[in-house]
Amino acid sequence: MSTTIAYPERVVPTPAGTVLTHTWYLTGRKLHALIRQPWVMAFSVIQPAIWLFLFGALFHKVIDIPGFAAGGSSYLAYLVPGIVAMNAMSGNMWAGMSMIEEIDRGTLNRFLVSPASRIAIMNATVVEQAVSTIVQTLIIVVLGYAGGARYPGGMTGIVMLTLAAVLVGVLWGALSNMTGMLLRSREAIIGVYTFFMLPLMFLSSAFMQPSFMPSWMQAIAARNPLNWEVQIGRSVLSASPDWPAVAVRCGGLLALAALCVAISVTTFRSYAKNV
Amino acid sequence: MHSIEATGLVKSYPAPGKSKSNGKGDGNGKARVTALDGLDLTVPSGTIFALLGPNGAGKTTTVNILTTLARPDSGAARVEGIDVLAQPARARTVIGVVAQRSGADPTATGRENLILQGRLYGLDTRTAKARADELLEHFQLTDAARRFVRTYSGGMQRRLDVALGLMHRPKVLFLDEPTTGLDPESRTAMWQEITRLTAVDQMSVLLTTHYMEEADRLANRLAIVDHGRVVAEGEPEQLKGELKGDVIQVELPASADQRQVTGALHTLPAIRDVLVAGRSVSARSDDGAAAVPAVLSALAGAGAPAASVTVARPSLDEVYLRYTGRRYSQNQEETTTTRRPQLTEVSG
Repeated sequence: MSTTIAYPERVVPTPAGTVLTHTWYLTGRKLHALIRQPWVMAFSVIQPAIWLFLFGALFHKVIDIPGFAAGGSSYLAYLVPGIVAMNAMSGNMWAGMSMIEEIDRGTLNRFLVSPASRIAIMNATVVEQAVSTIVQTLIIVVLGYAGGARYPGGMTGIVMLTLAAVLVGVLWGALSNMTGMLLRSREAIIGVYTFFMLPLMFLSSAFMQPSFMPSWMQAIAARNPLNWEVQIGRSVLSASPDWPAVAVRCGGLLALAALCVAISVTTFRSYAKNV
Repeated sequence: MHSIEATGLVKSYPAPGKSKSNGKGDGNGKARVTALDGLDLTVPSGTIFALLGPNGAGKTTTVNILTTLARPDSGAARVEGIDVLAQPARARTVIGVVAQRSGADPTATGRENLILQGRLYGLDTRTAKARADELLEHFQLTDAARRFVRTYSGGMQRRLDVALGLMHRPKVLFLDEPTTGLDPESRTAMWQEITRLTAVDQMSVLLTTHYMEEADRLANRLAIVDHGRVVAEGEPEQLKGELKGDVIQVELPASADQRQVTGALHTLPAIRDVLVAGRSVSARSDDGAAAVPAVLSALAGAGAPAASVTVARPSLDEVYLRYTGRRYSQNQEETTTTRRPQLTEVSG
């Protein structure tokens, strides 16, 4: 067997301008595809909408429990931040699917043998996830409003809610991309999704006030990034947001999202080197 | 000046599961499959060079290394004088790649695909659009330019793939199995296109194929790849010429006695390698045309007048047989077990 020779790959730094223009071109490609298939995005909101209205209707009496400190007028209003978080997670869990599709179809390799900036290829994926998360979040906010939910936090609240959703979306999108690239199996992505989705939802304050949870659940929920987003959302949509707490949790989400993107870039590099 | 120079390329992949006979240990007890086993390759500038070999011979791995996609375990490779291992970014600007899987975006139009490709290679928008329109016309895709690629036929998609590889006028074009899966008509059209392109643009082409006919029709030079090594290399005619002699093929009447026929032909000094299979006889001779009268009269004397005679130069199939010891068709089945477990690989 031959000995492995390490080749020092001379890293020619891509000019920042090139990274930006390539990000622009490659993101444009993804957004074009998104716009041309609007029903794909619309369909992905159907499930969260069902949760919103069915759960909202089924458990509307929850709000009457003594000690339930719902800021809004209804349980449906209480649910909105939870459903936004759930959608940000579930919508982006499928990002790895399109990554696998691009690998199978040869598109990724076509970009890799071209001078396209590697960072731009990943950026395009992240921006696409962010854009679709923003659109879906706003759809849920509007649906909630139509169902009677009111948002005392106003526009600022909605913007902050969307921002937190984007962070969660990017986080899960990066994890999903990593799963897709490492395992190259759609089944694995579905497996990861079903493994995490419901436990993370129920171990958060999406449906229920934490003070009503058993203490062990409260302990897990406090460390659940999905719950951070729900708490951020609920706080910023209320009449008097707890800004310091929001800032801390946003910082936590930002750090996690950055970490996940960094890991997925590493995975991407190792894919590119070992086709 | 050589367009491609590769020496001693070795590449192995982890074997799927606990692997079998063809895996080699890498010292850690993990079985590995050797895709390339010291492959050397030199492609002179301006030639169409074919890598011919069955699935799993290492053709695609070679292309992956030369196009900066994969890194070899050892060995060196230069494309247009650029070291692809040390300076992959520079190498990428001079190569055009048409992989087995197209990579065209099905949700975009053909024209959009081309323009994006051009921009990624640094063409400004106006140049990219002009070049895209030029190539669309060249490949008879102008009518389909603004249609989504997912509506294209297989032949149209393949033509778009080649157009994508040509957007930035590469100096070296890699064509990995360009006609696999195409119907005979599209295949012939693609061959004409490739020939025309290289004549006009003076670029070098490295073509991989498992069709003998394709290598014979297109290539100025070819290398036969087997088990990760080049086992024979040269011009197609030269390789065939190394097999001394022409093949004489005779069709016998149904009544012919095989033993008598064999006996009669063996007495002829100019004839060797006589093989009788049913009513068909093949034999070899240094000068086939000159030997035919003697063969015919010998057969008539043996009571088996020939129904038809053909004289042919040796085919690439026979070249392959000589260098690998196997018939080409036989190989196609045998080697499928050694294929790499990679999603990126269709064949080769």
